[in-house]
Amino acid sequence: MKQSSTGRRFSLWSWVWFIIGTIYFLVPLYATVRHSLRMERDVIGFKAYESAFADNNFWETFLLSNMLAAATIIASIILIVPTAYWIRLRLPQARRITEFITLLPFVIPAIILVFGLIRIYSVPIGIPFTEIKLFQPLTTTHFGTYILITAGYMVLAMPYMYRSVDTGMRTVDIRTLTEAAQSLGAGWFTIIARVILPNIRSALLSGALLTFAIVVGEVTLASFLGVDAFGPYLFLLGQHRAYEPAALSFVTFLMTWLAMGLIQLVTGGQGQAAGSH
Amino acid sequence: MAQTSLPLAPVKEPSEWKNWLGVSPFFLFAIMFIALPSLYLVQGSFFNQEGQFTLQNYLDLFTNPTIVSAYKLSIQISAATAFGGGVFGFLLAYAITIGGLPRGLRSLLITFSGVASNFAGVPLAFAFIATLGRRGFVTLFLKDALSLDIYRAGFDLYTFWGLCAIYMFFQFPLMVLIMVPALDGLKREWREAAENLGASGLQYWTRIAMPILLPSILGSMILLFGNAFGAYATAYALTGGRLGIVTIQIGAQIRGDVLHNPGLGYAMAMGMVIIMAVSLAFYSWLQKISERWLR
Repeated sequence: MKQSSTGRRFSLWSWVWFIIGTIYFLVPLYATVRHSLRMERDVIGFKAYESAFADNNFWETFLLSNMLAAATIIASIILIVPTAYWIRLRLPQARRITEFITLLPFVIPAIILVFGLIRIYSVPIGIPFTEIKLFQPLTTTHFGTYILITAGYMVLAMPYMYRSVDTGMRTVDIRTLTEAAQSLGAGWFTIIARVILPNIRSALLSGALLTFAIVVGEVTLASFLGVDAFGPYLFLLGQHRAYEPAALSFVTFLMTWLAMGLIQLVTGGQGQAAGSH
Repeated sequence: MAQTSLPLAPVKEPSEWKNWLGVSPFFLFAIMFIALPSLYLVQGSFFNQEGQFTLQNYLDLFTNPTIVSAYKLSIQISAATAFGGGVFGFLLAYAITIGGLPRGLRSLLITFSGVASNFAGVPLAFAFIATLGRRGFVTLFLKDALSLDIYRAGFDLYTFWGLCAIYMFFQFPLMVLIMVPALDGLKREWREAAENLGASGLQYWTRIAMPILLPSILGSMILLFGNAFGAYATAYALTGGRLGIVTIQIGAQIRGDVLHNPGLGYAMAMGMVIIMAVSLAFYSWLQKISERWLR
C-alpha cells in the first residue's frame, strides 16, 4: 500500500520534470519556426526558406562545409582506424598515451586550438634552430587553409571518433580475424580495408555522423581561418537579415536531429554528445 | 570506462620499435596539430615584448581588469549553468529511468538530448533571439497574456542571464546523457535490501542512492562546467563580442592584439587550458570513485 502511494508520488514529479524539460526543448524550436514562417506581412508561408535557398552563397558555403566534413571523416578514419587496430593487436603499451592524446581536445577548446594553429601555420615552417624552410605558410593559400582546417576538425572530432572506433573493435575479435586473413595471404592493407573496416562499420558510421554534426555548423575555426563555410555564412546572414537565419537555423536543427537519430538507430545505444558551442 | 579488452599479450619480437612505427602517423599528427600549437602558446606566455623570459604575464592575469572580469564572468556563467543544468538534468534523467515514466518517453528524451546537446553555436543563438529576444515569442507572449514585460523587469537576453538561459539548452541535455547510465546502474537489490531492513524511501535515497550517485553527479557537473567554459560560438553569435567572457576576449586577441601584449594573450589562453585541465582531472578522479559501484 505504502509502496504504491510513493510510486505514484514519484511518477507525478517525474511528469513535472519531463514536461518542464519538454517545454525547454520545444519552445525555442517553435519560436524559430514561427518566426521563419512570417517573412510576409500577415501571411504564414515559406518565403524565408525560398529566399534563403535562392541565395547562391548558401549553397556554396553549405557545399564547402559538407566537403570539409567528408574530408575530416575520411582522413580521421584513415588516421585512427589503423592506429586503434595496431594498438589492440601489437602495441597495448601505447594505449594509455593514445587515450590521453585523444582526450586533449577536451582540455584545449576550439578557440585555443585555432589560436595556436594560426600562430604556427601562418609563418613558413622550418626545421627548428635552422634556416631551412620545409613549406610555405598554410594560411596563404586556399588549399593550405583547407588542409589546416580539416586537421583542426580532426582534432575536435578525435575524442568521439577514437572512442567510437575503439569501442567497435572491442566487440570483434580482431586477433582471430587478422590471423584468418593472414593465413589466406592478405597483406596489412587488405586486412584493414576489407576485414577490419566492414566489421566495425556501425561504430564508424556513428563516429562519422557525430563528426558531421560537429563540422557542418562549426564557426570558430572557420571564421578565424577565414574559410567561407556555412557557420560563418549563417552568422553574417544574421547580421543583416531577420527571417532567413531563423529558417536556416531550423534546417540545421533538422539535420542535427537526422544525424543523431541515425546514430541512435545504428548503435541502438545511449546517444552521444559533442559540439562546437 | 570498462576495460573488457581481449587479453592481447604483446607479441615478443626482437624489434619492438617496428611496432611503434605503426602508430607513428597518429603521433606525428598529434605533434603537428595538438602539441605544437599548444606549446607555441605555452612558450609565448613566458616571454615579454622584448623577448625576455618572464613570469609577469601570469601575474598580470590577476591584475588586468579586462582579464579578471572576463574570467569572473566566464566562471560565473559556467558554474551557474553547470549547477542548474546538472540539477535539472539529473531530475530529468531520474524521471525517465526510475521515476516511473512510460518506456517510450525514455528513448524519445534521450534522442532529443543528443540533438540538443549538439545543437549549439550560431543556430542556437538565433533560436533564442526568436524566443527571448526583445520581440521574441515568449517575451511577447508574457507581455500580452500576463502583462509581464520581462525586459522591463530586468531580463536581457544579451547579458549574463540571457546567456545562461541559452547555455542551459545544451547543458541539461548533456547531463541527461551522462546520468542515465549511472541511474541505470543503481541495482534494484539495493533498494529491496534497504526496504527489507525497514528503511523509508527517504532513508534509501539519503543513505544509499545519493552517496553512490554523488561522485558521478559532481563529476558530471564539472564536465558541464568545462563544456560552458570553452564555449565561444554561441556567445559570439549572440552578442557579436560585446559580452566579455574569456573565449570572446581570446578571440579579440587573435583578431588584433587588443591587450597590447601578445605574451599576456598567450597567458590568458593558458589560464583557460589550466582551468579545463583541472576540471578534467577532477572529473576523471570522481569518475573512478563512482565506478566502484556503478559500472
